[in-house]
Order: sequence, then C-alpha cells, then structure tokens
Amino acid sequence: MATAATSYDALNLPPAMIEGATAPADWIVVWPVALALFGAGLLVMLRNQRPLQSVFAGLIVLAIIVSNVYLLLRVFEAGPLAMTMGKWLPPFGITFVADMTGALFALSASVAAFIVVIFAKVELDGREYRFGFYPLLLLLLCGVSGSFLTGDIFNLYVWFEVMLIASFGLLILGGRRIQIDGAVKYGFLNFLATALFLIAIAYLYGITGTLNMADIARKSAEAPVGPLLTASGLFLFAFGVKAAAFPANAWLPAAYHTPAVAVSALFGGLLTKVGAYAAYRVLVLMLPAGRDMLEPVILAVAVATMILGPLGALAQTNLRRAIGFLVIGGIGVLFAGLTLGTQHGIGGGVIYAVHSILTLTAFYLVGGLVERMSGTQDIRYMGGIYTVNAPLSILFIILVFAMAGLPPFLGLWPKILLVEGGVRAGDWVIVTTLLLNSLLTLIAASRLWAHIFWRNGHEGARSEQPNDTLRRLTSDEVGLGLAPTIALVALIVVLGFFPNWLIEAGGVAAIDLLEPERYISAVFAGVPQS
Amino acid sequence: MNTVIFRTAAPILAALMIMFSIFVLLRGHNEPGGGFIGGLIGASGIAIYGIACGVDAARRALKVHPISLAGLGVFLAALSGFLSLPAAVPFLTGLWATFYVEGAEISLSTPMMFDIGVYFVVVGAVGTIALTLEGGEDD
Repeated sequence: MATAATSYDALNLPPAMIEGATAPADWIVVWPVALALFGAGLLVMLRNQRPLQSVFAGLIVLAIIVSNVYLLLRVFEAGPLAMTMGKWLPPFGITFVADMTGALFALSASVAAFIVVIFAKVELDGREYRFGFYPLLLLLLCGVSGSFLTGDIFNLYVWFEVMLIASFGLLILGGRRIQIDGAVKYGFLNFLATALFLIAIAYLYGITGTLNMADIARKSAEAPVGPLLTASGLFLFAFGVKAAAFPANAWLPAAYHTPAVAVSALFGGLLTKVGAYAAYRVLVLMLPAGRDMLEPVILAVAVATMILGPLGALAQTNLRRAIGFLVIGGIGVLFAGLTLGTQHGIGGGVIYAVHSILTLTAFYLVGGLVERMSGTQDIRYMGGIYTVNAPLSILFIILVFAMAGLPPFLGLWPKILLVEGGVRAGDWVIVTTLLLNSLLTLIAASRLWAHIFWRNGHEGARSEQPNDTLRRLTSDEVGLGLAPTIALVALIVVLGFFPNWLIEAGGVAAIDLLEPERYISAVFAGVPQS
Repeated sequence: MNTVIFRTAAPILAALMIMFSIFVLLRGHNEPGGGFIGGLIGASGIAIYGIACGVDAARRALKVHPISLAGLGVFLAALSGFLSLPAAVPFLTGLWATFYVEGAEISLSTPMMFDIGVYFVVVGAVGTIALTLEGGEDD
C-alpha cells in the first residue's frame, strides 16, 4: 500500500519527460503553424491599420514559406522530423511530424496563400478589411499547415476545426445573401463530417488505446477486424465529405463561387486537399488494413468523382461554379491514387496534390480577373476578352492544359505515375477512368476558354458584334492582380519543365507512407526502450 | 431592463465581476477555475454594463474594441510557446520562475501566460458577440 512517504522513484515508473536539450533547428516543425497563429493574433490587434495589414500578412506568409522550404530540405536530407510538445514523451505529448508528404503539402499551401495575399489587395472593400480578411487568412493557413504537420489524430481534428472556423468567417465576409446561403450548405456538411471524424477518433482510441499516429501505425495491425473496418469506413466518409468526393460533393460548387475571388482561390487550392491529405495519412499510414478492406468502396468513389467532376463543369455557365466542378474532378484523381495504394499510386497522388493546390489557386485567380473585366460570373456574356487582354487568354489556356495533364505541364507527371501504377497493378478500370478524366477535363476547361476568349461577344450575338460590356484592367489590377497570377502560372510551368526533384520527393513520400518505419522511429527517437 | 436600480447597480456589479474573473483566472492553475471560465465571467460583466448603460458607454469604458483583446490573447498564448525556444526545450514546455517577496512565494510560468491568453480570447470574443447583439443593426 502506498503511503505518503513512498517516493515516485521507488515505484520505478518509466520516464515521462524528454531528457536533453532540443536544438533550435528542430523547431522548424512548428514554425509554419506557430508563425501563422502569432500573425493572426497580431493582425487582429492591428485591425484599424489597413495599409499595415496586408504588408504584415505578406511578410508572415513569406516567413512561413521560408520555414517550409527549410523544412522540406531537412526532410529530404534526414528523413521525417518530429517534435513532441511540452517535453512529454510520445505517445503522451502531442507530436508534430514532418515527413515528405506533409512538408510538400505545407509548402505548396503557403505558396498559394502568398499569391492570394497579394491578389486580395485588388478586390477587398472596406467591410472585408474591417471584419478581418487577413487575420482569417492566416488562421486558415494555420489550420491547414497544422493539419499537414501534426502527428496526432486528435490534434488533426483540432486543426480541422480551426480551419472550419476560419473558412466560415471568410465565406460570409462580404455579408451578401448568396454568401450566407452558400455558407449554410458548406457549414452543415462540414460540421457533419467533422462530427463523424470525431466519432471515428473515439472508436480508434477505443481499439488501439492511443492517439499518436505513429503509435497507431504500430498497433493497428493487431486490432480486431470488425471495429477497425468501422473506424476506417467512418474516416473515409468524413474525409470524403471534406474533400468533396462523390456522393458528398454537392456543397462545393454551391459555396465556392459566392465569396471574393481571393477567398475562392484559397478554398479551391487548399481546403479540399486537406481532406484528401487526411485520407492518405489515416488510411495508408495508420490503418493500411482498413484501406485494403475498403478498396472497392474507394474505387467506386474515385471513378464516380473523376467522371462526374468534369461532366458537372461541362454543364455550368457560371465560371467559378465550373471551376468548382474541376476541383472535384481533381479530388477523384487523388482518390484514384489512394485506390491503387502502391508506391506509384501514392507518389503520384502526392505530386498531383501539389499540382492541384497551385493550379486551382491560379485558375480561380484568372477566373477572378475575367470576372472583373466582364462584370459578370456568367460565361455566356464574357465573350471577346481576347481582344481586351490577350495575355490572360494564354494564362488560361496554360492552366487548362495543366489541369488536363497535357505535356509539358505539371499535371502530366502525376498522371503518368498514376497510370503506370494502374498498369502495373493491372487495374484497368482506374487506368481507363484516369484517361477519361483527362479527356473530359480538357473538353470542359477548353469549352470555358472558347466561350470566354474565342467567341467575339455575347452568346447569340452576331460574330462581328463586339462585346461592349468589357473593360480593361486598371494599373492596380495589373500590378497586384495580374502580376502575381503570372508569377504563379510561371511557377507551374517551371515545375512542369523540371519535375525531377518533385517526382523523387513523391517517391520518398510514398515509401514513408507505405512503410512507416522511418516515420515511427523519428517520432519515438527520444523514448528509452523498456 | 432600464430601471434606476439596475442602472445604479450595474457598474458596481460589472466591476465586481471583472475582479472576480481575474481571481478565478489566477486560481485556476491548481484549483477549479482558469482562463476560459474566468473569461466568461469577465465577458458577462461587459455584457451587463452594456445592457444597463448602453453599448456606446460600454465601448467607451473598454477603450479598445473587444476583438482586439481576443487578438492580444492569441498573441500571448503563441508567445508563451515561443518562450521555450531560448530554453532549448520543445514548443509549449512549461517554464517556471519563482520569486520570494517578503517570505511569500510567487511563481510565474508560461502555462499561466497561456491561460491569461485564453482569458483575453474569451473576454474579447464573447464580449464582441454580446455587444454586437445588444447594439443591434450597424456593427
């Protein structure tokens, strides 16, 4: 019986705290998240300093990009990097882990966010400033980066919530009726998904007794099959809704065209990818047995999403709604990688996500410029923009080709990997659907291009009748709107020409997800063996 | 609601509630209490003052917009994590500094700073909501 005199040493408990110093360089794992949080707090305090807001936000996002680049280089060099908060030993402390997957996602997200920070200056009005566009943007980036870098499944849920709150704020910032309408649809389905996610976490905790991802990866092999399948199924459903995969895709095109273009670009680039990322992380790294059992379901979801996304885009006359359907098509491709579950499949999926984050952000921004010039969201009345702004048509067509995966643009390489993976696995359904998805995306996106740039005027007007509702971009819009968009498209083109490092990184990411020994040993590096 | 009794009592009540909220905040480290519940009590104080004396008077009394307080809270909480950087320990590790003043022991720590951050976030966010609801249309 323990008495007050019993010292804890005599109980011979295993140690609970990390001994030894943490090198400041290891902090790089938390920098992207901590900086964003710090910046969001600072910007809320500076809410009345309008000129300062965008400069500060830009500098902070730039600092986040720098830390992400450094993080990626460290991961390239030394493999996954981990830090457990508050000096507690894993699996008790909350661990942050950066492996290649997380680092690549986080870097692309911060680059997209930086472009949006600049672009936002052209279109925000006083109200959107006053209600805190920039703090919310940083909070969103904080949630997104946190999701990519956390190594704890409950913490992942917390970042999902942070992201949801921020995105909710951004969505209704303008306070227009249609925005509230979109936000209700968006909010309801996303709340449902997060609630299911939480329930699935509780199940998983009941099965494995731990919340640390690396620890779950070690223990899930011995978990009983039935409960594991239930938990995996719930995770798949929750992340499927988050990622807007079929059949839970309806909220995306209903919500993404309502806010400011900068917000649409941020959402289209970042948010759905977080759902896909979580599906990869949970179903490949943590619960591979669950993924194997669910493979037919994932296959059906992937095929339906890949086909229905571009078909939906084909039927739209609202530009940003059409782009929203293209986002959904891309999610189908990501799920195709998940279906394959091989090195080619996962690697291709990770690279596709990088491509998709950058390309869709750029696509929304170009779409936003087109909307500004034509003063409408309806592609039937946009015709003739080619005569007013020819460079924009080049940007648009590059993005169309990149989306569809035509050479030599960035979208080609992940598609090649995925198709190769499908051929190797003998999975002809996936191969056929991937190719069909490319074709349909090409048709749907070039239809948009033809309507906006090729046609001379309004739909139904005689071809020599020019569109006189168009206006030129002001010099502000060229400097702060067009220039950053060109920079982003240039980045996409350059990455498409020099994809070697990216393909290599994708391979490393896939290996670390499929065979997580390195990931696990990075997390448990400081734990004494008992 | 706008009775003489209420209007006379409200400032005193609000002051008492805000004092009590700080007490609850500081008590929270070892006993029931803490930043969140303290923040709610503080925000209730602001809300009562707003109901009794009008939203404009409440805003004047606060000097800063309550949402700025929330920003300060997030800032403080993040800062408390960064303090462990020079100490060469992981993010958000609890660090303690103990002083002896006239024989009494005073412990300051980063968990307390984090909790003060939480307090400000709650006071700021709930206070903003309360004043906006009381104020009605334009804010």
